[in-house]
Amino acid sequence: MAKKTPAINSSSTADIAFLLLCYFLMTTTMGSQTGLSRRLPPMPDPNQKVEDQKVNRRNIILVKINSADRIFAGSEPIDITQLKDRIKIFITNPADSPNLPAKEVKEIKGIGNRNVTKAVISLQNDRGTSYDAYIAVQNELVKAINELRNEASMREFGKALSALNEDQQKAIKDLVPPQISEAEPKDVGKSRR
Amino acid sequence: MSMFKKGEKKEMPAIASGSLSDIVFMLLFFFMVTTQMRETENKVVIRIPQATEAVKLERKDLASYINVGTPIRRLQAQFGTEPRIQLNDSFKTVDDIRDFVAAERDSKKEDERQKMTVCIRADQDVRMGTITDIKQELRRCSALKIMYTARKGQ
Repeated sequence: MAKKTPAINSSSTADIAFLLLCYFLMTTTMGSQTGLSRRLPPMPDPNQKVEDQKVNRRNIILVKINSADRIFAGSEPIDITQLKDRIKIFITNPADSPNLPAKEVKEIKGIGNRNVTKAVISLQNDRGTSYDAYIAVQNELVKAINELRNEASMREFGKALSALNEDQQKAIKDLVPPQISEAEPKDVGKSRR
Repeated sequence: MSMFKKGEKKEMPAIASGSLSDIVFMLLFFFMVTTQMRETENKVVIRIPQATEAVKLERKDLASYINVGTPIRRLQAQFGTEPRIQLNDSFKTVDDIRDFVAAERDSKKEDERQKMTVCIRADQDVRMGTITDIKQELRRCSALKIMYTARKGQ
């Protein structure tokens, strides 16, 4: 008579599975991509005249980074640690100074009529600027806007921006609209390379 | 008290390890499903700059990557130490971005092409001249959604 087949020893399946598991653990790239999102302006039509680009001078702040990674806001040199506050003052224009951006009354869905700034931040860099400095400045600009939006959100809804629902977030974005425009590349000063 | 004494007298039963493999297989499948094999080999050294305001990329599957940096040491003899652009698996020039973007766009679903994001992964020591050239080229092919890859945190 045939013998009874002995049960297959299955204790090593766990080991095999562990091995595979380790392999996938090593090769997996769970770390999601993070970064600063930007929207580039569309290429201007060469046949079109440049006229609608005109923005009142008081509404625009020019942030320049030269080839030695020095930062200029407006026309005076500024340290990166002060840049955020400078931008915030520029956008909010707390004293309604005639040199700082104008505000206009706009109706915002879900909030009502509010003063909305017309500020535009324009970022210019040199070909010799290092990427690191550029990202640092971009980061400061984004931080300034994010902080202002957060403040607005606390004021209007009494909650942090991240706690708002989609419509409310959109309202806040309309309330603090400044966008960073990446200007047409220009060579500021002498480039290194 | 008597509860503990009772336990001491009895022999410890062996822990059933039969389900161990099931648990591990479950983990295994989880990682198999979530894993994304790195499709391209990095041929440039990229030290990603840091930014506190970095946000997550929403749709990873709609992203395409442009790597900029100095070639890795093994390839420096051949390609030099100047920052180069890597698209997919090879070194390219700015002029090749147009084809690259067109190919990437074709690979996405038609209704999602507008949401395609181009991630610029550049080394922190790269000069902006290169980046500006890339940006201008991207504008020319109207791939306007871009992201500067940065690590979160200070």
